[in-house]
Amino acid sequence: MSIQKKSNWELLKNGMFGENTIFRMAISLCPSIAVTNGLKNGVALGISVMFVQTMVNITISAMRKFIHPKIRIPIFMLVIAGYVTIIDMLMATYARTIYREIGLYIQIIVAFASIFARAEVFASKNKIVPSLFDGLGMGIGFLLAMIVISFFRELLGKGELFGYSLISGNPLLIMILPAGGFLAVGLLMGFFNWVDMKFYGGKGASGV
Amino acid sequence: MDFFKLLELVVAASLINNFVFTRFLGLCIFFGVTKKMETAVGMSITFTAVMVVSAAISWVVYEQIMIPLDLTFLKIIIFIGIVAAFVQSADTIMKKVSPSMYYKLGVYLALITTNCIIIAVPLINAGEHYSFFESMAFGLGSGLGFALALLIMASIREKLEVADVPAPFKGLPISFIIAGLIALAFTGFSGLITL
Repeated sequence: MSIQKKSNWELLKNGMFGENTIFRMAISLCPSIAVTNGLKNGVALGISVMFVQTMVNITISAMRKFIHPKIRIPIFMLVIAGYVTIIDMLMATYARTIYREIGLYIQIIVAFASIFARAEVFASKNKIVPSLFDGLGMGIGFLLAMIVISFFRELLGKGELFGYSLISGNPLLIMILPAGGFLAVGLLMGFFNWVDMKFYGGKGASGV
Repeated sequence: MDFFKLLELVVAASLINNFVFTRFLGLCIFFGVTKKMETAVGMSITFTAVMVVSAAISWVVYEQIMIPLDLTFLKIIIFIGIVAAFVQSADTIMKKVSPSMYYKLGVYLALITTNCIIIAVPLINAGEHYSFFESMAFGLGSGLGFALALLIMASIREKLEVADVPAPFKGLPISFIIAGLIALAFTGFSGLITL
């Protein structure tokens, strides 16, 4: 497999940019809109996903020789659900105010296509260290996307960042409404496609 | 059992708190299958059916087994297990009983496990302590709401095929912007009824 020859740095970079979960692969989109109305929530969810993604990759990679291919899907699901439960309980105990707002979305990490896909495509075929970097890269990519989206939404919608007021006057209320989430992601995705086409000669995100 | 309460739940779950446009769940499938009307219809039917049944099964397991045994902290693992097992068995049964239907709708069954709504509905039911019939009504409403979203989106995206969209916005980005506009329309439903 050619993918094994990639260095750890390349694996990290691939997750962060080349196969960025939200802007390039366009999977696991739900939280990118649901919790990005403020930077705090976006970062909290991004970090949770990063943790789950990395730990799942490590665990699946460590167990890859013992998992029978026929029952791999339920096993992946159980491993993911286990780590999601851990993060869910940790958040419920130590970060109550955030948990009250994004609790449901934390629990829903369990149904994330991106985590499952990396376990299936990468971790179940590779050694532990490359899997760790792959998971970390994917997680960081997701976190970056969340930061970018929530940065624009909070700044334009409330005139604040992390809750600190920066711009006075009437903010664009639409950006923190549900509709603004879709608009923000659509415009950012279009922008990244444009950058990719203009400067790297790519064809843009293939999309669905 | 109050019939109007149930009706209210259905309307609330499908229009006011529409999963796609106000809670942003199930987006992967929402953008995945709305390219063609045919797939959107297939997905809507399969999804609504699975939703109601899995809401009912999860309710029974949660209220009758997990609460008495004090196992509620395992709810994420158990619900995803129930949904996966149910989808898998529905897949097998359908293949055996009605092959023609399986060829039409079987593909969507496999996709459903990766849909966030399917896990969100049991979790919300458990959180709100809905009764058995309320849980089913909520499941039905969510399914109908999702179906409505799929059909609206699919009919717009079919028209989009012939539209002249700027190159970087082709495909997904423009779909997101359209979804944003529909979501804006759906905010008009808020306050339609208060529970």
